[in-house]
Amino acid sequence: MPQNDYIELHRKRYGYRFDHFEKARKKEARKVHKDALVAKKLRGIKAKIYNKKRYTEKINLKKTIRAHEQKDVKTVNKIHDENGLPSYLLERNENQRTKVLTNLLKQKRKNKVGKWNLPIPKVQALNEAEMLRVVKSGKRKRKTWKRLIDKVSFVGNNFTRKNPKFERYIRPSSLRFKRANVYHSELKTTLALNIIAVKVNPQSNLYTHLGIITKGTVIEVDVSDLGLVTQSGKVIWGKFAQVTNNPELDGCINATLLV
Amino acid sequence: LPPRFLAQDESVARDVQRLLVQFQDEGGQLLGSPFDVPVDITPDRLQLVCNALLAQEDPLPLAFFVHDAEIVSSLGKTLESQAVETEKVLDIIYQPQAVFRVRAVTRCTSSLDGHSEAVISVAFSPTGKYLASGSGDTTVRFWDLSTETPHFTCKGHRHWVLSISWSPDGKKLASGCKNGQILLWDPSTGKQVGRTLAGHSKWITGLSWEPFHANPECRYVASSSKDGTVRIWDTTAGRCERILTGHTQSVTCLRWGGDGLLYSASQDRTIKVWRAHDGVLCRTLQGHSHWVNTMALSTDYALRTGAFEPAEASVNAQDLQGSLQELKERALSRYNLVRGQGPERLVSGSDDFTLFLWSPAEDKKPLTRMTGHQALINQVLFSPDSRVVASASFDKSIKLWDGRTGKYLASLRGHVAAVYQIAWSADSRLLVSGSSDSTLKVWDVKAPKLAMDLPGHADEVYAVDWSPDGQRVASGGKDKCLRIWRR
Repeated sequence: MPQNDYIELHRKRYGYRFDHFEKARKKEARKVHKDALVAKKLRGIKAKIYNKKRYTEKINLKKTIRAHEQKDVKTVNKIHDENGLPSYLLERNENQRTKVLTNLLKQKRKNKVGKWNLPIPKVQALNEAEMLRVVKSGKRKRKTWKRLIDKVSFVGNNFTRKNPKFERYIRPSSLRFKRANVYHSELKTTLALNIIAVKVNPQSNLYTHLGIITKGTVIEVDVSDLGLVTQSGKVIWGKFAQVTNNPELDGCINATLLV
Repeated sequence: LPPRFLAQDESVARDVQRLLVQFQDEGGQLLGSPFDVPVDITPDRLQLVCNALLAQEDPLPLAFFVHDAEIVSSLGKTLESQAVETEKVLDIIYQPQAVFRVRAVTRCTSSLDGHSEAVISVAFSPTGKYLASGSGDTTVRFWDLSTETPHFTCKGHRHWVLSISWSPDGKKLASGCKNGQILLWDPSTGKQVGRTLAGHSKWITGLSWEPFHANPECRYVASSSKDGTVRIWDTTAGRCERILTGHTQSVTCLRWGGDGLLYSASQDRTIKVWRAHDGVLCRTLQGHSHWVNTMALSTDYALRTGAFEPAEASVNAQDLQGSLQELKERALSRYNLVRGQGPERLVSGSDDFTLFLWSPAEDKKPLTRMTGHQALINQVLFSPDSRVVASASFDKSIKLWDGRTGKYLASLRGHVAAVYQIAWSADSRLLVSGSSDSTLKVWDVKAPKLAMDLPGHADEVYAVDWSPDGQRVASGGKDKCLRIWRR
């Protein structure tokens, strides 16, 4: 360790080495691998201390990355007070909406597209063979243009099948459901509500059109018995919910209400 | 010339239209017979005529309404915007105003330290003689109002004192804590009266005494708790008289009505109506879509003050004089006056940002749904004359609604953070509100605007109360000190 500032003086007088910055950058890049190697080789109490330090560093790093990523952070903290709270504040959460000032246009565009904060943001892509089973038809049972839908589907009230001779997609009546068990996150209860329509199936537009419900599908449910009302006094009778289970495996549709 | 032509000449000369009017009271009863008045008549002259018709000893101050619009300057001006039918008789509704006038509080006369944790609840006794406060440091304190100094410190609870309630005769105070225990205190000695009432498994959310006119001995008190039950306690015997179960989640609010009915609001979105003397469930009022936070009865103020008449208040508050029978009759007459013709009305506020107006003794369907708030509603209160409902909400505003029909009247804006609690003055003209932004504001309800701004607290204001004799306002909050405000 330099005991005086002779290094700085030299740098001021004669400048840096020609490859100084390159070397410093590369050393920093290698540091990551070196630290990992040290972590692997250490044993005993030294290892414990070292790993603990690394763990806290990693947590902080992840936090800063997440803070940079988020545009609209809604953190929910329970109102915490040792001093005493009146009964109307017990069990309430403080909703801190910290809106970072972002490009206003970007925000508007996002709202226009209709991006929701979904409980299941990404859904695993399903194989077409899983969804649609081939059904052989024709006199010699060689024609394979018909498909049987293996997943749960929703058909409206006034649904009538097309002429079976020309029906390409068969929705078996045993896999047709009208009700969903919808969970309300604020009330913390589950209600059995009627399905009005299938809004969007993340697998593909075709499945949306057919009314196929898989995990991650957004459905519209009838919430008229909850008694929700808009500010102007109009009654809300339909709300969106996202399906959270695999209905064809469970025999029922479980969904979370998008509040 | 025939006299008819002469008469016509006169009114033509004066160039003023005349109208046929009929006085009608709020309940719809007609007063006197129709007579005609010039269109430019002022409220003062209408008051003279109406008082003459009412034939009372002292002239009452009155307010006049035509088609829900108040007559401020002259009858003509009020009718300008409306279609006047000169053929028919015009109904003018008269409303007697309170004879006494409460003055707005303007200054903080004292800041009482003493509590070592936040002050959670504050209540004046029904006559305004005593002041009690409950706090997070588990004590209940009584304060001497004439010298504005501490009087008694009552230790006995082992957790935060969440709610306090005075008995309608002002001789006992019930306090409920976060452990589910209820203790009774005597304000003149500061000592505990009777046994500790234990039975609830979770914290107490509300306390309500049986009305004075039903039982002048003030024997029964009802308590609601987070465990979903309502218990009726016998204070002289020190035991639980009845347990009312039925709610599936925490009971947030409780009111003992004057007709022998008990109302309880809960987080399971329902309000249940019970018969007080045998604990039978009469009705379940459903309609809210989220937790029901608060409730108010139209006769709340009359039930709270019992036999005390705010108009007869003196500068030094006294205990009520007279035999029990006299006091009971006085309380009953006051209750009937506020109640009017119809049954009691109930208004409930909820987390779903709306209020409902119910007539719970008659119907389980609501009368109206009052929407407009943009955040949850923390407290609703009927004015002492039950004509106006005020609702305090976390959206920083207070909204005023008509007490009879539920129609929206006005919004009072001024607070910069959630409004926690409100209190009416005894003449129903002023409203004080305490908020999370540490200020109190006094609002004039007639011309709905801010009358006084009362800063002074260092942190959030959790509780406010206006004394029934109208002289003082007390407020307490997170900064651990209790402030008294006077004119």
